[in-house]
This record gives sequence, C-alpha cells and structure tokens, in this order.
Amino acid sequence: MSSPTLPPSESFKFSMLLSDTRYRGMSLQVITFIIFMAVFFWLVDNTIKNLALLDKDVSFNFLSLRAGYDINQRLIPYTSDSTHGMAALVGILNTLLVAFVGCIIATVLGLFVGILRLSKNWIVAKLMSAYIEGFRNVPVLLWIVMVFALLTEFTPAPRAFKGAEPEASMLFFESIAITNRGTYFPAPVLAEGAYWLLLCFGLSIVASIYFIRYANKQKKVTGKSLPTFWISVAVIIFPTLIVFFAMGQPVSLEYPYLKGFNFKDGIHLRNSFLALTLALAFYTSAFIAEIVRAGIMAVSKGQSEAAASLGLRPNKIMSLIILPQALRIIVPPLISNYLNLTKNSSLAIAVGYMDVRGTLGGITLNQTGRELESMLLLMGFYLAVSLLISSFINYFNRSFQIVVR
Amino acid sequence: MTKIAFVRKKEIPPSAPPITTVGLIGWLRQNLFSSWLNSILTVLSVYFIVIMLWDFIPWAYGGHWNTKSLRECLDLDPDVACFSVLTARWKQLLFGLYPAEEYWRPTLTFIFLLLAIVPILFPKFFRFFWFSIIYPGLAVWLLWGGSFWSISIVYIGLTLGALFFLTLIRRYLKNYMIAAILASLFTAVFFFLISNPLVGFLNAILPISLPFVESLKMGGFTLSLIVGVTGIVASFPIGILLALGRQSNLPVIKMICVGFIEFIRGVPLITLLFVASVLLNYFLPPGTNFDIVLRVVIMVTLFSAAYMAEVIRGGLAGLPLGQHEASASLGLTYWQSQRLIIMPQALKISIPGIVNTFIGLFKDTTLVSIISLRDPVGLASTIRADQKWNGIYWELYVAIGLMFFIFCWGMSQYSQYLERKLKTDK
Repeated sequence: MSSPTLPPSESFKFSMLLSDTRYRGMSLQVITFIIFMAVFFWLVDNTIKNLALLDKDVSFNFLSLRAGYDINQRLIPYTSDSTHGMAALVGILNTLLVAFVGCIIATVLGLFVGILRLSKNWIVAKLMSAYIEGFRNVPVLLWIVMVFALLTEFTPAPRAFKGAEPEASMLFFESIAITNRGTYFPAPVLAEGAYWLLLCFGLSIVASIYFIRYANKQKKVTGKSLPTFWISVAVIIFPTLIVFFAMGQPVSLEYPYLKGFNFKDGIHLRNSFLALTLALAFYTSAFIAEIVRAGIMAVSKGQSEAAASLGLRPNKIMSLIILPQALRIIVPPLISNYLNLTKNSSLAIAVGYMDVRGTLGGITLNQTGRELESMLLLMGFYLAVSLLISSFINYFNRSFQIVVR
Repeated sequence: MTKIAFVRKKEIPPSAPPITTVGLIGWLRQNLFSSWLNSILTVLSVYFIVIMLWDFIPWAYGGHWNTKSLRECLDLDPDVACFSVLTARWKQLLFGLYPAEEYWRPTLTFIFLLLAIVPILFPKFFRFFWFSIIYPGLAVWLLWGGSFWSISIVYIGLTLGALFFLTLIRRYLKNYMIAAILASLFTAVFFFLISNPLVGFLNAILPISLPFVESLKMGGFTLSLIVGVTGIVASFPIGILLALGRQSNLPVIKMICVGFIEFIRGVPLITLLFVASVLLNYFLPPGTNFDIVLRVVIMVTLFSAAYMAEVIRGGLAGLPLGQHEASASLGLTYWQSQRLIIMPQALKISIPGIVNTFIGLFKDTTLVSIISLRDPVGLASTIRADQKWNGIYWELYVAIGLMFFIFCWGMSQYSQYLERKLKTDK
C-alpha cells in the first residue's frame, strides 16, 4: 500500500517561466509589453530624428494662422481671411452635413428596398435584388464619380433656361432648377413675426405629444382608443396656420431666378454635395436593405402565426410583434452602416467637395506643411465620431438585448 | 323497398383546376397581380425596366468599337456608345504602365492565381495545395522580376527554419515555445548572415532572372488584384490572431488588440492610405524609402484585419460557452482546442461576414487612386484627360464597374455555396 504523496515541491527554475502554465501567461505578457514599447519608442525616436532633420517642430499654432483659401460650400461664415482652425471647422460641419443627409436618405431608401425585396411580387423582388447587388458589388468611389458625371453632364446649363422658348424648364411650378452648376431650391425667408410662428409650431408639437401620452393612458385605463393620429395632426397644423395668417404670412419663399448666365437667390446645392450625398446614400441603402430584410426574416414564422391566431390584423402583427423584435436585430448594424457612410464621406475629394479631409487634411496640410499635426487632428476627429457612435451601439445592445444567463 | 336510382361505380376524375390558378395565368395572378397594390407595383416595375432597356440596348448594341477618338464617334452617330476607348486603352486598364513586351508576366500571374486558389476553394483538389504555398513567391517574382534566387531564398530560409524547429521538438526539447524562439533565431541568423552570399553564389552558378519592373509601373486591374489578393490572404490570419487576442484573458495582450482594432475601425481607410504615402517616412529611420505599393498593401491589410477580427469575434461569441468548457475538460491545450474545436465552428458561423470583408477590401482598392496610384478608377481620369477621349464617361465607368461586379459578385456567390455546403444542422 502506498499512500498518495504530495508532488515534490519543485524549486523555481528559469525555464519554468516558459513551460509552467502558472507563469507562462505572465511572462508572455511581459515579453509582448516589452516588444510593444520597444517598437513604440523606436517609432517615436525615428519621428523625432526625422523632424529634426527637416527642421520642423510639433505645434498646433498653425490653426490660428490665416487660411488664405476659399471654401465654396459652408454652413458658417468663413472667408479666406479666417483661420485654419475655422477652415477645419467648416470642413467638419460639411462632413457632418453629408453624413446626416446621407443617412436619412439611405435609411428611407434602404427600408423601402428591403421591404420590397421581401415582396411576393416576383418582378419587384427581382428588381430590388438587382438594385442591391448592383450597388453593393461596385466600389463606392466609382458610384460617386458616376453620379457626379450624371449631374454635370446630363443636366442643362443655366443658359438653357434663357429666352422665350427655353430648352430646359424649372420643375414644380418654376421653383426648382436643376442645372449643371447645381440645383437651386426656393429658400424660406423669415420676416417679422416669424419667431412667433416657430414658437407656436413648437408649442403645438409639445401639446400633441402630451395628448398622445394622455390617449395612451386612457387606453390602458378604459380600453377605449381615441383617434390619436388625426387629432394630433390637427393640433399641430391648425394653430400654426391661424398664426401664419394672423401675423400676415411672415414666412415666404424666395424663388431662384435667372440673372445673366447663372441663377440667383434660393438655396444652391452644388453638384459636388449632391453627387457625394446621393452616391453614398444609394450605396449605403443597399446594405441597409439587406439588414432590414435579414432582421425581418430572423423573426421566426411562429411569432407571426401566433399573433395571427390571437386575432391580430396584419398591420398590427407588423407593428406590435415583428418590428419590435426585428428592430433589436436591425439597429446595431444599421448604426454601424451610418458610421461607414460617415467614414466614406472622406472620398469627397473625388468630386471636390470640401469636407474635413479636403480642408484640414488637404489644403491646410499642403499649405502649412504640418502633415503630422493635421493627420493627427483628422484621425482624432473621425475616431471621436466613431467611438461616440460605437458607445451608443453598446448602450443600445445592453439595454435592449434579450438577457441570457 | 325503394330502389336507388343511380349509384356511381367509378370515381369522377378531378376536374382541372380553374385556369386562373395554374399555368402562366395562375403564376401571373399569384406573383404579379395578387392585389391592386401589387398590380400597380408590377406595372411600374415593367415600365421602369422597359424604359431602361429602351435606352440602353440601342446605345450599347450599336456602339462603335473601332474609331480613333471620341470626336469620330460623335461624327458617326452621337446617340450610341463609343466603346473604341476600350479598344484603344484596354491594355492600360488591365496592366497600367507595365512594359508592353512583358504583358505575359501579369497574365501568367493571373492564370496561376486561378490555379492556386482552386485547392483552397474546392477541397477535392487539396492535394495541389503545395502550389498555393509556392504561389506568393512566384507571383512576386513574375510581377516585379529580378533574380529568381532572391525570392526563393525566402522559401529556403523558412523551410530550413521549420526543419530546425521540427528537429528540436522531435529530438532535443519538449517545450514548444523555447523551440520556436530558437528556430526564429536560427532563421534570423540565416537571413542576416547567410542569405546574401548564398544568393550571390546561386546567381553566379545559375543566373535566372527577369527584367525588373518598378512598382509605379503597376496599374489597372493588375494593381487592384495585387493589393486586393495580398490584403485578403494576409488579413485573414492576422484577423484571427487579433480576434483571439481580444478574447484573451491576458490583459496586456487584450488591451493592445482592442486598441489596435478600435483605432483602425475608427478612421477611414483613406486617412490610413495618406499615412502610408505621406507620414510613414516620419516613422521610419531617416533615409528609408520603401516601396509605395508595399506600403499600401500593408495599410490595406491592417485595415481589413481589424474588420476581420471583429467578424471572427462575432463568430466566437456566437459559439455556446459549453464548447470551450467541453474542450477544456477533454484536456486539450488552448491552441489545440482553438484549432480543433473552436475555430472550425466559429469560422463557419462567420463565413458571410468574412466574405463581406473580402469584398469590401477588394472594392476599397479603388481608393489608392486618391493617393495617385493608377488603379482602374485613377486610370479612367487619366484617359479622360487625353484629348482624344475627353468627355467620355459611361463607356469607361460601365466597363470598370462590370469588372469589379464580376469579382465581387463571384465571391458572394462562392460564400453562399460554402454556407450551404458546411451547413450541418437542419
């Protein structure tokens, strides 16, 4: 009979750092960390040496220097006398503008295409899958230049609108002009009293929200549903209309008109902006359509059958059973597609739209020769946007995902 | 007793279904005109298709192929396509500025590429896998030229290193890590000390070499394929390692991987390409100047490796925890369980995502045109800057778009085939 013995207590040997699982993880980490820091310092050291060779320093002072170049599309006041920092800000706002408008168009189109692709109508489903495959499988850069070519080459020049019998005419009762220099829309002009109108509009929206809440509460208590939709529409529209006429129509539209060889007044959307936004929106909408389709298909058929057997009507099944479950699957990839659209907007340079890469990472970089600082700021901007969005996705996942284990 | 007047002895054959539910009419009714909304959609779609084809078919079918310039096309018939630009410039679109007498080299590389991916795509031909392994070196030698031995020395060195490692493991050492470190040292010594004299010696005995072609001459689809295929092949293993690192319970490794992935995914590829073309010279020892195509390939690889890591992490997260626990309870080591249990399943789940990343990478190769490399999109503007073809758009764009479409669509079709093949449940 031998009694179980404890393993002989080994004395520590150097080779155990690599062979013993108790120490191996730690020594692996130490080695990795040393290598990582060594590479990092090597890069920093090289950068310092290179900067010294080129007689440069690292400073962000250039942001307060005069920029000296014009930006043709801007949301805030800017002249060539403004600073480089201001130019970067204009670029950032331009990027965000493209991203915002592009995301809205892409979502609407994507929802539309995604749902139609599930249609039982054979030809519609095929057409939509052709749309999706077409946009997904061709580089977005190519789409951007193609849409730009379409907008500049196949639209009439402003002078075509001239004369007694013009070759081209404006759309929608002489209000929108599509030309090869961009599209002109009527611009709203605020006269005296317009602020009262806006105030009234805002108040009626608040009122309608409170009404909807009240209606929901009533429904829970009494089981009776009020015609919420129509009443809230009326609450929003009528007071605003009354104030509009009572104040003597303080908001009017300023129509674009032809003067000389170009259109004047109105809102001018340049082709560069339109091409970039539309191409990004089309491209992203194809991805969104697939996400929507996958989300709807992922809700198992039993759910809709169970709902139907409870006696719900098809539109109620969609809004109460399918969509809430599908949205949980749809929203995270949808948001990461918004992020992709924002990052793809850096291709603006292909059509000459001045986004943040065009101003800060383009002209400012070339004029001041501050490659390192400009690229750092540029990457910092994109990184901040994407971290913000991905933290939102994480928040969404945490609060809406089904809890397991 | 009442007499039953009539009893049917034979069953009546079922009458034919109503004409509105079978055959062409039935199909039409069910699929196209099942409700008034559907009918409107059908009519609208058909109208849309007809007007598109009405414009496109005469334009494309009647196109000119053999004129000398756009002017000539417009003089002949302004309403049809002028494909002559493709006739005149197709070589540039395919090969960029590659010397014309060496066109056989990229062509051969492309044919070999097709042969090399067959063993990977179709397991039936796996016995030809050795060709896929020697292909990268062969491709580099064919495309850039130079001495045959300076490429094959890489293979020789790596093979010797691997043999050294195996010998150590079999004969002398039990510890894999120490053996791996020793083998890497051996390989490094080989490359730093022995390889150069050896190449010189081999060149002296048996000079095999091709004329050298510099990177800036590469262009067109050759360039897209170089960047795309290298990126795809290299980003896959890096992506797996990053995904494992992110899941690892060693905090330092995890932090490095998370930082890398989030940084790369947070910035647009184009800023990374700018770093490659403008900034990289700052980060390297003064006076270093290495190949622009190589820099772009590295950046594209790192970029898609970060995305790949996230896709594979999704697959890893999709596996039930029981799989990890079961493989650990069988006594498998970390790498054994990853190799035999976890990865095969995780990769299977993430096939669609992986292929999407590949497709995205291949499409993103067009961005190199923005740092003025001559990929097809960049070449399109070069061609349009030529006086003869100034003003041409669609013929070029349609041709380039079609080429990309074929590659990307092919990849997505293959991924669907693979998904069906690997499907083990249901």
